[in-house]
Amino acid sequence: MIINSRFFDRSELIGFIALALLLFIILPLTLDIFRLNLVAKYLTYAFVAIGLVLCWGYGGILSLGQGVFFGLGGYCMAMYLKLEASSVANTKIQSTPGIPDFMDWNQITELPMFWKPFHSFPLTLLAIILVPGIFAFIIGAAMFKRRVGGVYFAIITQAIAAILTILIVGQQGYTGGINGITDLRTLHGWDIRTDHAKFILYFVEVLLLFGCIVVAQFIRLTKLGRILVAMREKEDRVRFSGYSVANFKIFAFCVAAVFAAIGGALFTLEVGFMSPSFVGIVPSIEMVIYTAVGGRMSIFGAVWGSLLVNFAKTSLSESFPQLWLFGLGALFIAVVLLFPGGLSGIWQDYVQPRIDRLISSRKPKSGNGWADKSVADSAPAE
Amino acid sequence: MFGDYSLGDLGAIFAMQGFAGLILFSVYVLMALGLAIIFGQMGVINMAHGEFMILGAYVTWMTSNAFQQYLPSLFPGYFFVAMILAFIASGALGMLVEWGLIRHLYKRPLDTLLATWGLSLILQQAYRSIFGAREVGVDLPEWMMGSWQATDTIQIPINGMFVMALTILITIAVSYVLFWSRWGRQVRAVVQNRVMAGAVGINTEKVDRYTFGLGCGIAGVAGSAFTMIGSTGPTAGQLYIVDTFLVVVFGGAASLFGTIASAFTISQTQSTLEFFLSGSMAKVITLLAIVAILMMRPQGLFALKVRK
Repeated sequence: MIINSRFFDRSELIGFIALALLLFIILPLTLDIFRLNLVAKYLTYAFVAIGLVLCWGYGGILSLGQGVFFGLGGYCMAMYLKLEASSVANTKIQSTPGIPDFMDWNQITELPMFWKPFHSFPLTLLAIILVPGIFAFIIGAAMFKRRVGGVYFAIITQAIAAILTILIVGQQGYTGGINGITDLRTLHGWDIRTDHAKFILYFVEVLLLFGCIVVAQFIRLTKLGRILVAMREKEDRVRFSGYSVANFKIFAFCVAAVFAAIGGALFTLEVGFMSPSFVGIVPSIEMVIYTAVGGRMSIFGAVWGSLLVNFAKTSLSESFPQLWLFGLGALFIAVVLLFPGGLSGIWQDYVQPRIDRLISSRKPKSGNGWADKSVADSAPAE
Repeated sequence: MFGDYSLGDLGAIFAMQGFAGLILFSVYVLMALGLAIIFGQMGVINMAHGEFMILGAYVTWMTSNAFQQYLPSLFPGYFFVAMILAFIASGALGMLVEWGLIRHLYKRPLDTLLATWGLSLILQQAYRSIFGAREVGVDLPEWMMGSWQATDTIQIPINGMFVMALTILITIAVSYVLFWSRWGRQVRAVVQNRVMAGAVGINTEKVDRYTFGLGCGIAGVAGSAFTMIGSTGPTAGQLYIVDTFLVVVFGGAASLFGTIASAFTISQTQSTLEFFLSGSMAKVITLLAIVAILMMRPQGLFALKVRK
């Protein structure tokens, strides 16, 4: 078994440095704080997209319910912030001071049990990871142990996204309903609404993003990553070789869920509210398109995909609101029909060879391309 | 939760909710039939199915307007013309989509899902640009309005009965086409073994195209029937698509009978629960139950055994 001893090969190292330069230096220096906050919002989706690269690109498990985990993470954070914002002093005018305002409007007089742990910051951080992680484990264990996969898994995760949205909207008194949890002010006493706080939050987010990139890269390079790919290509052969396919799938799904939850929690911090419109079917499937556009096999591609698609979304829906849905729809079709490898596929097929030809004194490398080659091979399914 | 009602009241409630469930059942069956053909027989996930249905609804709306304007004397019968036009419009669009998009993706079901989702977004925006964002409703002809007084506590709306009768007719027609006609035999042969079917001289590509067209056409008819009981908006199709997929999966893909049985179970559960709980909780509980059962029995209620 040949495992690449270097953590990043040459082209990946270039990608890593380019991304780090862009996110750490170029964007903070060139953008005003409003635009930087928008970039921060786009990057929260990059967490989800990286998770999907592992789960869908490598593992072949298409989850159309990543919004569920994004939402769970986001709601955990929002509940903590909301409790802090609705201290007794801040909510004197309510009939029951000390509970969130929407509960008061819905004639709820006592804080529900499941809100109580969110008084504590460490418990909240734990919940952001554990709640989606355990939920993903339950779904994954129930489905993969029974060998439900592929299309059925996609439909069922989509149904779960629908269920959670209806539940959140329906239980207005406990969840804030369709408006979500709004009017969030401070994190552990630190005002998150100021420009300075947004600046710091951006860097915290980028650091966490690179943390996730490194974890994903680590998973990809170890034997685990290879089993995921093998499973995607010929599941039965892996099973007959003695691997427990279900456990690997559950693992990939849980990692993707936890990444999505981190993204969701950061989203709440960056944007200042959380609502069911980031949980349901439509946002969940949009998250898949970020990954598809970036290249379902490429971790860096996922980040680029999230940035570009969201940037296009903002600028198109600002100037031509009618065109955006046409554009998004066309993007879905084009990326599936014409560029299954996404942006990173285009880079590898068209740009990389030219660069290599330019530096022809060096030998063309054939290092870590095994995984990326397999998607390129399997893609044109004619 | 039954304490406050007398026995007679409860009977009437169950009968009326049961009937409301039957109307929901009709819509589910009509939508799911087309999906069961496309998903069950061809293995294609058509996320744009709801939009094909809405196309049928808009065609019906346009026909009703046209009849009101130009042929007011024939207005009572416009619905039958509209239904045929809806079938043709959706079916033609379906065949076009199969030719342009789906046939390139038969080996990648998950990618079909994404591509058809993109198609559904485009269609939604197209409807919004053409027909406007507001919901439209058709005027029912005189004979479809009002309701039939079965007993003094039970009332049954006539348009609901009409939709149900229509559902039964279409179901019979579809099963006839699939199980007794020459073309239906070809469809089933292609499903069971594509290569072999090609080898005995069936034009598999043509069969695929017509199958997809038929599924979409039925969706168009479903949309036509849908206008009888509700109003139509550009995004109305998206509301039903997940439910419909669950109906098909729950019934066991590839089994028409399973689809009908599961549509019945789901719609009855939901409408009965709706009376006692809030609408959203009824839906949550119904969907959760389906997901839980699917986790225990992934192949659905009535699985067809096909040698792969």
